[in-house]
Amino acid sequence: MLKYILRRILMLIPVLLGVAFCVFTLLYFTPGDPARMVLGDLATDEAIKEFRDKEGLNDPFLVQFGNYVYKAVFKGDIGRSYSSKRPVMQEILTAFPYTLKLSAFAMIIAIIIGIPCGIISAIKQYSWFDTITMIFAMIGLSMPVFWLGLLLILFFAVRLRWLPSSGFSTFKAMILPSVALAAQSISMVTRMTRSSMLEVIRADYIRTARAKGQKESIVIGVHALRNALIPVVTLCGLQFGQLLSGAILTESIFAVPGVGRLMVNAIMSRDYPMVQGGVLFIAITFSIVNLLVDLLYAYIDPRIKAELK
Amino acid sequence: MTTTDEKIIPELVRKRRSPLFEVFLRLSKSPLAMFGLAIIFILVFCAVFAEAISPYSPIKQDLMHMFETPSSAHWLGTDEFGRDILSRLIYGARVSLQVGFIAVGIALITGGMLGAVSGYYSGWLDNCIMRVMDVLLSIPQTLLAIAIVAALGPSLMNLMIAVGISAVPTYARIVRGSVLSIRSMEFIEAARAAGSSDLRIILKHIIPNSMAPIIVQSTLGVASAILNAAGLSFIGLGIQPPNPEWGAMLSGGRQYIRDFPHMTLYPGLAIMLTILALNFLGDGLRDALDPKLKR
Repeated sequence: MLKYILRRILMLIPVLLGVAFCVFTLLYFTPGDPARMVLGDLATDEAIKEFRDKEGLNDPFLVQFGNYVYKAVFKGDIGRSYSSKRPVMQEILTAFPYTLKLSAFAMIIAIIIGIPCGIISAIKQYSWFDTITMIFAMIGLSMPVFWLGLLLILFFAVRLRWLPSSGFSTFKAMILPSVALAAQSISMVTRMTRSSMLEVIRADYIRTARAKGQKESIVIGVHALRNALIPVVTLCGLQFGQLLSGAILTESIFAVPGVGRLMVNAIMSRDYPMVQGGVLFIAITFSIVNLLVDLLYAYIDPRIKAELK
Repeated sequence: MTTTDEKIIPELVRKRRSPLFEVFLRLSKSPLAMFGLAIIFILVFCAVFAEAISPYSPIKQDLMHMFETPSSAHWLGTDEFGRDILSRLIYGARVSLQVGFIAVGIALITGGMLGAVSGYYSGWLDNCIMRVMDVLLSIPQTLLAIAIVAALGPSLMNLMIAVGISAVPTYARIVRGSVLSIRSMEFIEAARAAGSSDLRIILKHIIPNSMAPIIVQSTLGVASAILNAAGLSFIGLGIQPPNPEWGAMLSGGRQYIRDFPHMTLYPGLAIMLTILALNFLGDGLRDALDPKLKR
């Protein structure tokens, strides 16, 4: 097991280097001179030249990339924002807790609603509950998060005046963004729980459990659920990674001061170091979450654990 | 449920129908998939004949009729420049479908080729390609699209490229998976023994036999491409005004949501219905193409 974990962590390194390379290349070839962006249109040519020399902007591409990676790994420095002039890392770290909180809330909502709905749907397959749940799940999957967000604002903030339409400081303010962000995950979790449950219910060991006279609640709650939830746990983990990045739209609608909004603003103001840093940061978080999910999966599924030994 | 005998005998007597027709027959039994198909037909119709059926020009401003709520003259009302929302939605269907299909086309061709080559040759080439795909997969799809558009600059073409490229790894993986499972089958060995070239085996034997998951994924992929593109337009990275695009319309109506919610209601509804239709169709296709999965 330990060897497996170590190998997975080592495998992460080239992937992350690759991500850094992609992001760096993408923005390197973006039209526009960074020196001009920082110093403004009125800067003299000498000032621009001096800045380019100082920041190493005249170095060959690979040297620049090497410097970027070196600074990122050893100094935690991923550049300085053009607009706020503060280090990108600092800005991201201030914003990240909001994104994390928002995603965590959304994930909790998805689990609380999705898993029970999925289980009931599977046990009562083809009942009206199942049909309605599945149609709602499909609608949830098809609902653009930005539209759902606006609808929620319209009803709960503008019409009913129950909840604030923006911000993320109080519990009440967190409800709408979390629900909007959760909608797709609720649907995914419900569908996954249902299909996984359906598969398990037909397995021989469930028939055995029933045949030995076990109570139905225990058959479903213990025998079936424990096995059915394994893929659901994986899905939840992957979804959490998606939520961290999917929060971009939700954050900009509800004005949550998270990484997503930071990035949208950075894109609008062509603040490339910020964009670069943001993408890199989210990709790293996403990879780490996925790694943890894989490890968790190996941990909770005895079949995989046995294989690894 | 019919008994086995009843099922088998007409099957033997009946003339062999084309597999495509069989799939359609099975698909037609699912009301949701048919509903999806109907909506998609309506959308395609709107997109093709937008000039003929839309009551007004989608970009002509009419400052005498700003912010009108739905009426007999403007069925879905007008926006902040007095433009007819229904007409903009009809023209918007053109943009959305175009983005959806072309983006998936880009993803499918690029990802499919990479996946097929990767699965067929295995070895170091496979390793190289799949590691690159791993890198792309570790950037969330929306984020990758945003980064690409941010670098290329917002336009319709760049939007399609960005959404397309961000979906490439998904297709590469699916195609590779099905190629791997088919490659070792006997009929491929037979084709090789008969002297077929690699290219011929890939094009004539492997690709047709791995179509089912690809068709399903593409249908669902069009949905997510449209959604992605609308999202990008919503934050100002997609189609630029005054061109009618659903996501951009939503974002335009957003600041007037307190007083004129119809401006955000209908474009959102259009997006949702389109995605819903494609998702229903995709799910129906999955069941129709793989009858083993159902019960």
